[in-house]
Amino acid sequence: MTNIANPTMISDSQPHLQEPALKMEGVSIFYGSTPAIREVYLDIPAHQITAFIGPSGCGKSTVLRCFNRTNDLIPGAKVTGNVFFRGVNLYSKKVDPVEVRRRIGMVFQKPNPFPKSIYENIAFGARINGYQGDMDQLVENSLRRAAIWDEVKDKLKDSGLSLSGGQQQRLCIARAIAIQPEVILMDEPCSALDPISTLRIEELMQELKEQYTIVIVTHNMQQASRVSDKTAFFNAEATEQGGKLGFLVEYDDTVNIFTNPKQDFTRDYVSGRFG
Amino acid sequence: MNSHSSLARSQNAELWQPKRNLSKWSEQAVKYIFATFALISVATTLGIVFTLIFETFEFFQEVSIFRFLTETQWTPLFTNAKFGIWVLVSATLMTSFIAVFVALPVGLLAAICLSEYASPGLRRWLKPILEILAGVPSVVYGYFALLFVTPILQSFIPGLKTFNALSAGLVMGISILPLVASLSEDAIYAVPQSLRQGSYALGTTKRETITGVVLPAALSGIVASFVLSVSRAVGETMIVTVAAGANPTLTLDPRVPVQTMTAFIVQVSLGDAPATSLAFKTIFAVGMMLFLMTFILNVFSFWFVRRFQEKYE
Ligand SMILES: Nc1ncnc2c1ncn2[C@@H]1O[C@H](COP(=O)(O)OP(=O)(O)OP(=O)(O)O)[C@@H](O)[C@H]1O
Ligand SMILES: [Mg+2]
Repeated sequence: MTNIANPTMISDSQPHLQEPALKMEGVSIFYGSTPAIREVYLDIPAHQITAFIGPSGCGKSTVLRCFNRTNDLIPGAKVTGNVFFRGVNLYSKKVDPVEVRRRIGMVFQKPNPFPKSIYENIAFGARINGYQGDMDQLVENSLRRAAIWDEVKDKLKDSGLSLSGGQQQRLCIARAIAIQPEVILMDEPCSALDPISTLRIEELMQELKEQYTIVIVTHNMQQASRVSDKTAFFNAEATEQGGKLGFLVEYDDTVNIFTNPKQDFTRDYVSGRFG
Repeated sequence: MNSHSSLARSQNAELWQPKRNLSKWSEQAVKYIFATFALISVATTLGIVFTLIFETFEFFQEVSIFRFLTETQWTPLFTNAKFGIWVLVSATLMTSFIAVFVALPVGLLAAICLSEYASPGLRRWLKPILEILAGVPSVVYGYFALLFVTPILQSFIPGLKTFNALSAGLVMGISILPLVASLSEDAIYAVPQSLRQGSYALGTTKRETITGVVLPAALSGIVASFVLSVSRAVGETMIVTVAAGANPTLTLDPRVPVQTMTAFIVQVSLGDAPATSLAFKTIFAVGMMLFLMTFILNVFSFWFVRRFQEKYE
């Protein structure tokens, strides 16, 4: 809890945000010996929605994964620099990645419900994490919060895979919030969904941000401008080895990124103009 | 061109000339060739089952089912013939049980280890080795049991005979282990990575992910490998013939010589029983019993998988 006097946060108008939920300090990420992301400095405010945008392959997912240490699961992936979660360095030796993932949940681009019943999809994580309360209640609450309860309440025993893609994604969101994390990371959660399901998930995010900090990767500029409070624009440059090295171009309030960006490239990107 | 289709192409028609006349013919031909092969295999299976049923029926004309199921001795080649099938069944069950007791847990653990814990390099090496091991002729395992395992076991198990169910069962377990490991590994490895990631993202450890998500999702493949290996154990012939003896005894003592159903079939086949003799028909009755056992096993596993399977696609 050392980051109260953080200069980048002072410009924030909202009063309840003194401390960033997540803070990246000079983070570089490598796959094997190939760098994928260089030197990112970024503060993610609590109880807000932060959007990551940028061209394909620039490393948005890579950065997102470093927040809950899922990069650890990729052989050869390496993170240097510091990532702080509420002032604790996530990559220090004392920190257990399993505990990190319990506190920082994730929703994936492709809905990946477990091949279990809808009920079990929600109960699984809670049970494993030793939830002592009323499981039925937790399942119902989580499904309600994810705006899918009415659609599934009569078929909780059916397989999660019997749902449509949009319902599956909301089931995955319900699954993520069931273990009551503090942050929810979403990697293009709506990329496989129709506009109506997308809208529902966006509304859901607005409700969830009361309790959770949300980071979302999206390719949809309207979505970023609609839902997010802050926007980070990433880009990649070609390296000498022929690979791509991602970096943070600009990070600001969403309004500024979309109406008054500091970098010309950001302006071109968000307005769909290139060259 | 009009021979290809009635929907005429308007542009560049001469550039698109599929050889459909020939391919239509070859498509039909291929269909019939495959149908023939399919028929051959179906007909062979039916033929086998029919022969089994016919000869078994003949057998029961001479020996009553009641004797078959209630007698406690198996001496079909003696003048005072007894046909207590349980003598052979118990031996088969005993050796199979010992084998399965070794092969299933060890095979499954090996599969989990190979799929989830081994580095990709190690896996690339071990997998083919397993598959080669699965191809070692079982007579080799038989003599391995008789000449190597039995003497070792005799050094600390009192009363262990030279021919015994224990060492035959243990070595049979080793012989089917690669099959279990390899097939289960395929099933476990095939579980999509996205399910594992989804589980990890809920704050589960590797072990919890494996037992809670991966294994249930791979269940049908694992059960299939189990069933196949149990069928192998029940039908395994050479190891038990070489190492378990040819002494039909109704016992559950794994230290003494016994005779399994398969070993009996070998014994009669090696002799020169004429095709019309009762001894010859006995083979088929025993074979029918074996067939029923594996059939029941398959039906059970079919039910089990239907009941507990988690389909991930
Ligand atoms: N598991 C991996 N192993 C090796 N390299 C990887 C891996 N995942 C990503 N990369 C590389 O890292 C770079 C960034 O990938 P990343 O998936 O983070 O991009 P992204 O911005 O999320 O792209 P998209 O918008 O298409 O999802 C790419 O060059 C990619 O090739
Ligand atoms: Mg991505």
